[in-house]
Amino acid sequence: MKNGRIIRVSGPLIEACEMKGARMFDVVKVGEEHLLGEIIGLDRDKASIQVYEETEGIGVGEPVYLTGEPLSVTLGPGLIESIYDGIQRPLKIIQEEVGDFITRGVSANALDPEKKWEFIPEKKKGDRISGGDILGRVKETVLVEHRVMVPPGVEGVLKEIKKGKYTIKDTIAVIKSKNGKEEKIQMEQRWPVRKPRPIKRRLPPTEPLFTGQRIIDTFFPIARGGTACIPGPFGSGKTVMQHQLAKWTEAEIVVYIGCGERGNEMTDVLNEFPRLKDPKSGEPLMKRIVLLANTSNMPVAAREASIYTGITIAEYFRDMGYSIALMADSTSRWAEALREISGRLEEMPGEEGYPAYLGSNVAQFYERAGKVECIGEPDREGAISVIGAVSPPGGDLSDPVVQNTLRVVKVFWSLKAELAYARHFPAIDWLTSYSLYLDNIRDYFDREIAEDFIKLEQEAMRLLEEEAELQEMVRLVGIDAISSKERRILLVSRMLREDYLHQNAMHEIDTYTSMKKQYLMLKNIINFYHEAEEIDADIKSLENLDILTDIARMKYVEEEKKEKLVELYEAISKAISGVTAKREEEQ
Amino acid sequence: MKVEYKAVSDIAGPLLFVEGVSGVKYGELCSIILPDGEVRTGKVLEVHQDKAMIQVFEGTRGIDIPESTIVFHGKTIELPLSPDILGRVFDGLGKTIDGKPPILPDKRADINGSPINPYAREYPDEFIQTGISTIDGLNPLVRGQKLPFFSGSGLPHNRLAAQVARQARVLGTEEEFSVVFAAMGITFEEAEFFHSDFERTGALERVVMFLNLANDPTIERLSTPRAALTAAEYLAFDLEMHVLVILTDMTNYCEALREISAARKEVPGRRGYPGYLYTDLASVYERAGRIKNRKGSITLMPVLSMPEDDKTHPIPDLTGYITEGQIIFSRSLERKGVSPPIDVLPSLSRLKDKGIGEGKTREDHADLYNQLYAVYSKGKEAAELAVILGEAALTDIDKIYLKFVDAFEEEYVSQGEYENRSIEETLELGWKLLSMLPKRELKRVRDEFIDKYYSRYRKEASGEGGDLKNPIASDRLEKKETKKKER
Ligand SMILES: Nc1ncnc2c1ncn2[C@@H]1O[C@H](COP(=O)(O)OP(=O)(O)O)[C@@H](O)[C@H]1O
Ligand SMILES: [Mg+2]
Repeated sequence: MKNGRIIRVSGPLIEACEMKGARMFDVVKVGEEHLLGEIIGLDRDKASIQVYEETEGIGVGEPVYLTGEPLSVTLGPGLIESIYDGIQRPLKIIQEEVGDFITRGVSANALDPEKKWEFIPEKKKGDRISGGDILGRVKETVLVEHRVMVPPGVEGVLKEIKKGKYTIKDTIAVIKSKNGKEEKIQMEQRWPVRKPRPIKRRLPPTEPLFTGQRIIDTFFPIARGGTACIPGPFGSGKTVMQHQLAKWTEAEIVVYIGCGERGNEMTDVLNEFPRLKDPKSGEPLMKRIVLLANTSNMPVAAREASIYTGITIAEYFRDMGYSIALMADSTSRWAEALREISGRLEEMPGEEGYPAYLGSNVAQFYERAGKVECIGEPDREGAISVIGAVSPPGGDLSDPVVQNTLRVVKVFWSLKAELAYARHFPAIDWLTSYSLYLDNIRDYFDREIAEDFIKLEQEAMRLLEEEAELQEMVRLVGIDAISSKERRILLVSRMLREDYLHQNAMHEIDTYTSMKKQYLMLKNIINFYHEAEEIDADIKSLENLDILTDIARMKYVEEEKKEKLVELYEAISKAISGVTAKREEEQ
Repeated sequence: MKVEYKAVSDIAGPLLFVEGVSGVKYGELCSIILPDGEVRTGKVLEVHQDKAMIQVFEGTRGIDIPESTIVFHGKTIELPLSPDILGRVFDGLGKTIDGKPPILPDKRADINGSPINPYAREYPDEFIQTGISTIDGLNPLVRGQKLPFFSGSGLPHNRLAAQVARQARVLGTEEEFSVVFAAMGITFEEAEFFHSDFERTGALERVVMFLNLANDPTIERLSTPRAALTAAEYLAFDLEMHVLVILTDMTNYCEALREISAARKEVPGRRGYPGYLYTDLASVYERAGRIKNRKGSITLMPVLSMPEDDKTHPIPDLTGYITEGQIIFSRSLERKGVSPPIDVLPSLSRLKDKGIGEGKTREDHADLYNQLYAVYSKGKEAAELAVILGEAALTDIDKIYLKFVDAFEEEYVSQGEYENRSIEETLELGWKLLSMLPKRELKRVRDEFIDKYYSRYRKEASGEGGDLKNPIASDRLEKKETKKKER
């Protein structure tokens, strides 16, 4: 290894000279302790290096070793259920090796090099193969079948392929390339994190990605392969929502990045997910997740790298033909890491001290989401849906990270502090949030959920919008001054808010609602409204109906018993017809 | 290895620049020896070729450029530790200042600590009864949590912190908390208040104090919480104690950080605080917690005063982004005579969910606090409306909500400084207040709990809206009336 010499140490940033031959984004090892770093600036033979570990104790004159390889991740069976730091060091192994506190200079294999996997070939000797082709399969977990692919760029004729138990380092196939050279293929491959993996072509997202969260699925759905952001002040429910999505999203694999946030939130995931069951398969949710934890107290440069590490792992599974949901909590901490390094590089600061390239970095990250046609045989489609939490200072949406994110993502779930204070969760503001996927996925709703679903959704939204205006009015003139028609709107929209939009993540049943159940619930509320409208029902009598309690408890009806909601539909009609009678009696 | 230099080239605020040095390490500890023999402590903030930038904890005043000597120690700042630290008082750098002999250390630990591996953490889920309803009932604290007080100058945050230190118990255990108390830039009187409270309750031998008072060097405020947490880690993870750490006032800490940043001419972030304030605060706050297979725990209660009572100021804002909730003090409640003046709605405990419920507090706890929050917040809306339109313009049900607000603030939020309510008492008080409302307003509570608890306080009269006949509500009404008359 060639080496240079340190001339400056300033927090996570190091400068070294005599670095001839170094390339941008190459990994280096810093100091006697071989701390991991990455070249982020070059000026003749002087390099600026961001160091992924605490730099305390490093001094001028210490060596810097070039590795000649860009920052890369190791890909192969064993990723699922792992928990890594921002540069894919396995936290479990680190704990076993150095104890409960992370010390520096530890290195560990990202994937277990000794574990044997049962490899079942899909190709045979003599087949022509090229990058992306599925060579064979490995059962990685009960939920995930790992498709072992030919690394991108490799091409030739299969000279040999083996069936049986192998480690990720064993040769499972040998390829003879055009120029006659032989290439050995292992289950493990490496890929540089800052470079998107190749695809055949991008496809427009046309299906919704259901999450079991009523306000999202019904009103602001995200598409499979789409992008969404959740900005909000602290305590408004970003993390709980990200956890909810990780739990209930209809994705085959989940990559969860805890980027510069709390340690205990990662522990929570580690405790909860093995216990929770996937609603479809009944298997533990842990069996489909890859976790990255670079918490707020861990080195800031590794936080910067963590989202790239995460998305590269997601792309690898996408290439197998899977649908992946990736959550990053929080992208603001990533942007702040970028800002800190940029500040130490003494770059020209832009808005709020963020570097001028913040916007393009944000865009490049979200561009790696999408629905695609994967390279290689057989033909297959994969998708990555990306959901980023954003933590603007003081909850102020004019924050540069929020603004740059809104420029690229298609769904905006806007969290509002006031709703959180009233413990109305999810605290998503139904008046300002939006989804730009509605047009793309409308057909899907008509076809797969119900023909009148979109109509119900639109009517509900209209009621909620009218409510906002009416409330303004009530604030000015008092409740008695508005018509009974308007009071019915207030009653039904309150129902929509409290009995439909409000959803308690901590409640064992309420935490997840299937689309079918969402449809039935919504239909009942709108039915209430229509029936009451039909007969111009008296507001006081409506308010005192016992059926209101049944409507409020729809959310607690178990999925298996959702037929009860169909019965409730009839009961609502009946109860309201009773109201007319009452009114007539009174008259 | 010690190396000496006489090479101070420049001084800027609390920073010292030395030239012609070699082998100096980033972050290392050094001593600055003044011509009169005075020794100050410094930390290397940056090394560049043969130059080093040093932050001087005691300040740079009186340092003479050609005549001062710098000694580099080749290691970082360490705290000497042994069980004897209990009952002792230290300064912000960990030197004893109580006139007793120095600590004979069993070990020394770098005050910066190392991050806890997230994989090694144990999720905090053991309920701590503080005896304070707004905390226990609505924002429960658990062992290993970091829960700050966001307060304002002149509000009784220190008294509440002392009350928590006095009353905190884990149900079912008789174990008492050890307390690590760190003062940053507070007055002598404020520190003395804690000291005498600890003394009076006989807690002193379980307390370690780190004091950096208002007239002590400001830069030392940067090492004070780190020294305190190093002591706490030792007590918790080496000696297996349950430790409650009180850090007051974190605003002064942040100001010291801003001073350094300004002296370094860094690009300032919001309101002049450095862009890395979040990361820096996290390196302090995240040291709280529990670790798998270790008995002790660190529960952290930072206190900070919000400049201009503004919750969006970077100090409370970034703190709230790191801590596991916040207890917010309100000046308007204080004016109203509510004490402690805790603003319930924006307060939050993020770790409550797994620390409460059956076998921990009581089965109905979660539903109950959700309902209390919903009702109180709706009541506050009604109160706003009443201010604009007059009470008469409210619907009947809104009038009940309005009454709830008063009753809630008066009976539930308000409580004496020495009043130690059991969790049972707090929960029952909640139901009693909820019974002011008709059953169908309580959408956040399971039916079974309505039957079991709510019904004790209220027999629903045929589901009709005859709310004012409710015994407790009318009882309260009378009380209010007589009170008004008394005035
Ligand atoms: N969907 C939800 N259901 C129930 N409680 C929630 C929900 N979302 C948030 N909360 C409550 O709000 C608290 C803060 O949420 P969190 O997601 O941690 O906020 P943020 O990440 O925005 O700071 C949680 O601890 C929880 O008590
Ligand atoms: Mg969060």
